[in-house]
Amino acid sequence: MGKIEWAMWANEQALAAGLIYLTGGIVGVAGQFRGWQFAAFGVAAGCFVCMLEYPRGKRSKGTSVARTGQYCFTVCVKAFGPLTQNYYVRALLHAALSVPGGFMLATVLGCVCLGMASLIYLSAAIHGEHWEPILLTKEVKTAVGESIKEPPSNPPPRPPAELRRKRVEDVEGAAYVNPMPVITNE
Amino acid sequence: AYHVSFTYLCLFVSQLVWLGINAFLFVHFYIVFLDERFYYTRVLLGHALSWARAPAACLNFNCMLILLPVCRNLLSFLRGTIQCCSRTAARQLDRNITFHKLVAYMIALHTAIHIIAHLFNFERFMNAQLDGNASDINYVLSQIGNGDNRSFLNPIRTNDTTIVMFTTIAGLTGVVITLALILIITSSMEVIRRSYFEVFWFTHHLFVVFFIGLVLHGVGRIVRGQTVTSLENHKPNECEKYFEQWGKNGSHCQYPEFAGNPPMTWKWVVAPMFLYLCERLIRFIRSQQKVVITKVVMHPSKTLELQMKKKGFKMEVGQYVFMQCPSISQLEWHPFTLTSAPEEDHFSVHIRIVGDWTEHTGFQQNMSMAVDGPFGTASEDVFRYEAVVLVGAGIGVTPFASILKSVWYKHVQENADIFTKKIYFYWLCPETQAFEWFADLLQSLEGQMGEKDMSDFLSYNIYLTRWKDKEAAHLRVHHEAENDPITGLKQKTLYGKPNWDTEFSTIAAKHPGSKVGVFLCGPPVLGEQLAKQCIAHSESGVKFIFNKENF
Repeated sequence: MGKIEWAMWANEQALAAGLIYLTGGIVGVAGQFRGWQFAAFGVAAGCFVCMLEYPRGKRSKGTSVARTGQYCFTVCVKAFGPLTQNYYVRALLHAALSVPGGFMLATVLGCVCLGMASLIYLSAAIHGEHWEPILLTKEVKTAVGESIKEPPSNPPPRPPAELRRKRVEDVEGAAYVNPMPVITNE
Repeated sequence: AYHVSFTYLCLFVSQLVWLGINAFLFVHFYIVFLDERFYYTRVLLGHALSWARAPAACLNFNCMLILLPVCRNLLSFLRGTIQCCSRTAARQLDRNITFHKLVAYMIALHTAIHIIAHLFNFERFMNAQLDGNASDINYVLSQIGNGDNRSFLNPIRTNDTTIVMFTTIAGLTGVVITLALILIITSSMEVIRRSYFEVFWFTHHLFVVFFIGLVLHGVGRIVRGQTVTSLENHKPNECEKYFEQWGKNGSHCQYPEFAGNPPMTWKWVVAPMFLYLCERLIRFIRSQQKVVITKVVMHPSKTLELQMKKKGFKMEVGQYVFMQCPSISQLEWHPFTLTSAPEEDHFSVHIRIVGDWTEHTGFQQNMSMAVDGPFGTASEDVFRYEAVVLVGAGIGVTPFASILKSVWYKHVQENADIFTKKIYFYWLCPETQAFEWFADLLQSLEGQMGEKDMSDFLSYNIYLTRWKDKEAAHLRVHHEAENDPITGLKQKTLYGKPNWDTEFSTIAAKHPGSKVGVFLCGPPVLGEQLAKQCIAHSESGVKFIFNKENF
């Protein structure tokens, strides 16, 4: 196996697990199954896991692909500092959240999937990975209008000097009318 | 322009047929479980029974299909057989991975429906067994099989509220195979697959667990219905209301008798499992066949050319092979487009050194390699046109190396009048870096054509779609030079994107009354543009035919 960032896969697995936990919880609560309290917990835990896992972390090597609209989530997750950065904490958190799901059939799948995600995060933590937010550095944009008023600082691209040299043989042909009026200071 | 429509029509129709079969199976099996045999089962479960069994039938169908598109050697054999009859049908088989993914999504969908329905079934079985008393039909039905030597209806036999599910084969295998499916899916997401192929590949082998669990899933026979003999003397709609008198003296209703449905899944999947086993065997045998690396060429911009020979290897233009290097990994095969022409005495691939597998630059001559293939529909259609427009975007230029070389060899070797008289080649590239090996090829072709006084045969245009100031400055200084300062080619590099309208108009004017084939290896967006141009410029004699090849 090559050098992989386990956290990438753990993230996908955890997000899927969150959705499954949530769905199982909704079915358990809506159907008023016995042990529906565990299902209610599943709904809450599922939502929480989804929100935590939705923003992708920055890859240490290579280009990171952010999920659509993940900026707000990135900011929230970043706000918790080391709690969300450290993957040991995440592994423990997911393991803890998954346990109540095991007490009811509707949430048992969410439980095992989240448990798997926890294991993969543990592997990521052991390999020294941690979560970095994907944030674009904001560039200061000068308003377009201002720069137009300034004169150009570079000359326009044109053929090299040898070709622009005045043609001695044909002085008439080489002449042109200056578009700008030239006022001599006399 | 009709060529591409027919191919897409066939694809559309075959997908429609597949969806139709899914719909039919769903509805059919939904209705089967509304039958009299399952009357009492439905007393306990309601329609949730049908909602669980209908997707189960679809799952059998799709699990049968999913192994087939990845049997590439089998498909290759089929393609060769079909190709004599219909090239369009042959081309459908190139979309195998797309179909594999489609079937996978369908399996995920039906799994979700199946599980949710069974959650309700489980709950209702529990309620029937635990709540109620002898004056409740659900309870009475659930008690059948408790110490009376009869076959049960309700699979939940005890009052124990612990996770009963784990005591049934169906429950246990269900959880295991669903977990396997989810792990397969999450590791197959594009982000993971493209960056960490190994994780994707190894996790995917959980399909073995999936299929074993799937076959065992129905072994417990917990879906039960009334037996045919029982139905003869106990009609449910008549006897139901007398449930408190069943079996008692004077009652004309005996207890209903139940039996489980035998497992059906193995009948659906045993053949594909066998075919896949054969496929893996063939790959293994092929990997044992000796492949010799005759030459290793290190091109600039980290591109490696491997020239190889294998006994009995026969290729056509535009095909690809799977390669395996046992010293890097015993198990991984990776696809590479063939860059050599069939007329050459060796076959070659060009490998870009990025990512994990290809970082091992220790390729040496006489190193052991394994090659499986070639696969893919040949792009021989190129040779059927008098004039041809070839468009390659970025790395998409690779199969054209094979095509251009082959066309040239046909001219030189066969000396016969090959039908293709003019090639217009467009290469769109964001930057010059990955250029150089292909530029070398074009330069060598340019030279050879000049010698044979055939400089007009190939007209190529290279467009840099993204360029830097430094390069622009370099060009200003050298713009009078005879050769292009970047590529060293006589025909100059252009900037930005081609004005297709102008290009097509020019070509149309030069080839009145003929059919011009247009071939693309690049992004679909570009394909749409070219298809539109083909339609727009196909008038008054000249016909542009867009071939969307699946390279």
